[in-house]
Amino acid sequence: MEIVAAAMAGTLESSDAQVTVEPADGLEIRLSSSVMSQYGRQIRQVVADTLARLEVTGAKVTVIDKGALDCTLKARVEAAALRGAGRQGDAVPWGGAVR
Amino acid sequence: MINHVGREIPDQLLARYHKEGYQGMAYRDSRPYTKAAPTVRSNSDPGRSKLVSSLREALERCQLRDGMYFGFHHHFRDGDYIINMVMEEVARMGIRDITICASSMGAAHDPVARLIEEGVVASIQSSGVRGRIGEAISHGKLKRPAIIRSHGGRVRAIEEGDIHLDVAFIGAPTCDEYGNARGVGGKSDCGVLSYSMVDARYADKVVVITDCLVPFPNAPASISMTDVDYVCTVEEIGDPKRIVSNVVRVTKDVRELMMAEYCTKIIAGSPYFKDGFSFQTGGGGAALAVNGMLRPIMEEKGVHIGFAIGGIMQAMCELMDAGLVRKIVDAQVFDSAAIRHIQENPNHIEISTSEYANPMNKGAYVNKLDFVILGALEVDVDYNVNVVTGSDGIVRGAPGGHPDTAAGARCAIIVAPLIRGRIPTICDRVLTVTTPGEAVDVVVTDYGIAINPRRQDLLAAYRDSGLPLRTIEELRDEAYRIVGRPDPVAFEDEVVAMVEARDGTILDVIRKVKTE
Repeated sequence: MEIVAAAMAGTLESSDAQVTVEPADGLEIRLSSSVMSQYGRQIRQVVADTLARLEVTGAKVTVIDKGALDCTLKARVEAAALRGAGRQGDAVPWGGAVR
Repeated sequence: MINHVGREIPDQLLARYHKEGYQGMAYRDSRPYTKAAPTVRSNSDPGRSKLVSSLREALERCQLRDGMYFGFHHHFRDGDYIINMVMEEVARMGIRDITICASSMGAAHDPVARLIEEGVVASIQSSGVRGRIGEAISHGKLKRPAIIRSHGGRVRAIEEGDIHLDVAFIGAPTCDEYGNARGVGGKSDCGVLSYSMVDARYADKVVVITDCLVPFPNAPASISMTDVDYVCTVEEIGDPKRIVSNVVRVTKDVRELMMAEYCTKIIAGSPYFKDGFSFQTGGGGAALAVNGMLRPIMEEKGVHIGFAIGGIMQAMCELMDAGLVRKIVDAQVFDSAAIRHIQENPNHIEISTSEYANPMNKGAYVNKLDFVILGALEVDVDYNVNVVTGSDGIVRGAPGGHPDTAAGARCAIIVAPLIRGRIPTICDRVLTVTTPGEAVDVVVTDYGIAINPRRQDLLAAYRDSGLPLRTIEELRDEAYRIVGRPDPVAFEDEVVAMVEARDGTILDVIRKVKTE
C-alpha cells in the first residue's frame, strides 16, 4: 500500500493513540508513549506488524500513545494508513489486510 | 540480603545507614528501647518574649548550621507556603545540606527541586513526594538516599531517635504570643495539627509560624507553649483554597460504584460488622461511596461505628450527625465541612500521629481498627502493595497511613480497578513494596475480589456470599490478557530512596531510573 499523502487517525485521549503517516522512501516509526517503560517494545511491534500486513513500506509513521490497547493501536494505524493511501469505501480491503 | 518480602536490599546500604532488612510485621514487637529526647533551653524569665520580627530572625536565633534536620507538617496540603518560605530564607542565609523531614510533601513544593540541585537540600525524608521533587529523587539528585516512611513510621523514627530534629517549623492557623498553637480558627484553618505534635516534643528548637496571632492563652492548644521557642507572624501561611477541598466528590463512575458495592458487602458480611465496629476510609471515589452505602445497612441492623478515624471528610461527619458514629478521632481533615464539624462536636477529637499509628509506642488507634479501605497503584500475587512508584519507575506517591492501617486493621481492604489505561494493577511483582502482603486481607477490583489465602477465616466467611471471588492469580491473568504482560522497568544500580517499614527496617529500595 503506497502512502501518497499525510493523514492522521486517533486522539490524544487516555487509552487512545494518535497515529500520523507521511509519505517517505523507507519505513520510519517514531513512538512516544505514556507507558513506554513497560509497553514500548510491544507497541512498536504491533505498529510494525500492522504496517507489514498492510504492505506499507514507505512511510514516516508517528505514534503518540496514551496507553491504548493493542486492538486500538491496530485500528488507528490501519485508519491512518488507509487515509494516507487514499483508500475509501470499497477500496478498503475488508476481511483482507484489514481484519 | 533478601528480606521478608523477597526484596534484595544491598548489605552495604544497610551497614552505611545502620538499618536492618524487613523481617516481618511482628519482628520488633515488645522490644524494649529508650526514647530520644531533645536538648532544650528553659525560659523562666517572665519578661522574655517569644515573638520575633521576621522569619529571618527566628532562623538566626535557632543558630542554623549546615547539615541540620528540619521537621515540617503537611496539614496545609497543596496550599502550604511554609516549607518554601523557610527553605528559601535558609538558602539566602547560605546554609547547605539540610535534610527535610516532612510528614508529606506535594505539588506545592516543586521549588524545593531547585534547592536540591543547588545543594541547599541534601536529602528528603517524607511520606509523600510528588512532582519535581519525585523526579529529582528518581534521577539521583540527592546527596543521600531519600527515606519514605508511613505516618506511623515517621513519628516512630522521631521518638526512637532515628531522626533527631534540630528545628521543627510548625505552620499554625492560630497561635498566641507564647506559642500555644491550634489547627482551628484564622484564615488558613486546617482543623488539626496532629502531624506536628510529635515534632514539637522531640525537636531541639520549635518555631511556630502563623498568620493569625490571637490573645493568650490560645486554648485548648494542639501545640503547647511548653515546647515552643519562637513565634513568627507572616502575611500568609497557606492558600486556604488549596488547604481544603470544598466540593466533596461523590462518584458517579459506575465502575467505582460497583467496587464500592463490593466493599460494602465485604464489610457488612464480615464477622467484624457489629455494633461498635471501627472504620477508616480514604478519600478515593469508591472508598468514599462506601460511607453512603453502609448507612442503610447500619440503620436497618442497629449497628453503630464505635470510632471512625483517618483523613476525615464530610461523609463521615454526616454519619455522626445521623447518630451512627460515636467518636471521630482525627489526624487529618480534608474538607471544610469536617473542619467546621471538629469545632462544633465534642465527640470529634484531634489526636497526635503517634496516637494514630506509631507501631513502637504502647498502643495506637490503628491497632483497634476493624476495617480500612485503601487504594493501590499495584498489588502483586503476594498481596504486596505499591503506592509510591509510577509505571515509569519515578517516585510520585505517598504511603501515608496505608501501611499503618493495613497492619492494624482486622480486615484491610484494597480497592483498585484491574487496569488503568494500559497499566495492570494486579501484577506478578510490584515495582516497590510499600505495604507488605501479610498486612493485606482483601483486594477488590472491577473484575472480582481476591482474599489473601493467609485469611482462611475470611475465605470461609464469604464462600457462599455470592460475591465474585477469584484468586489473585486469576485477576492477574485477566489483567495481562487484556493489556499484555508488561516488560520490566529498567533501573540503574544506584539506590535513590529507601522505603522503611513501620518498625524502621527496610522494606524495599528505589533505584535510579534509566534515561535513554
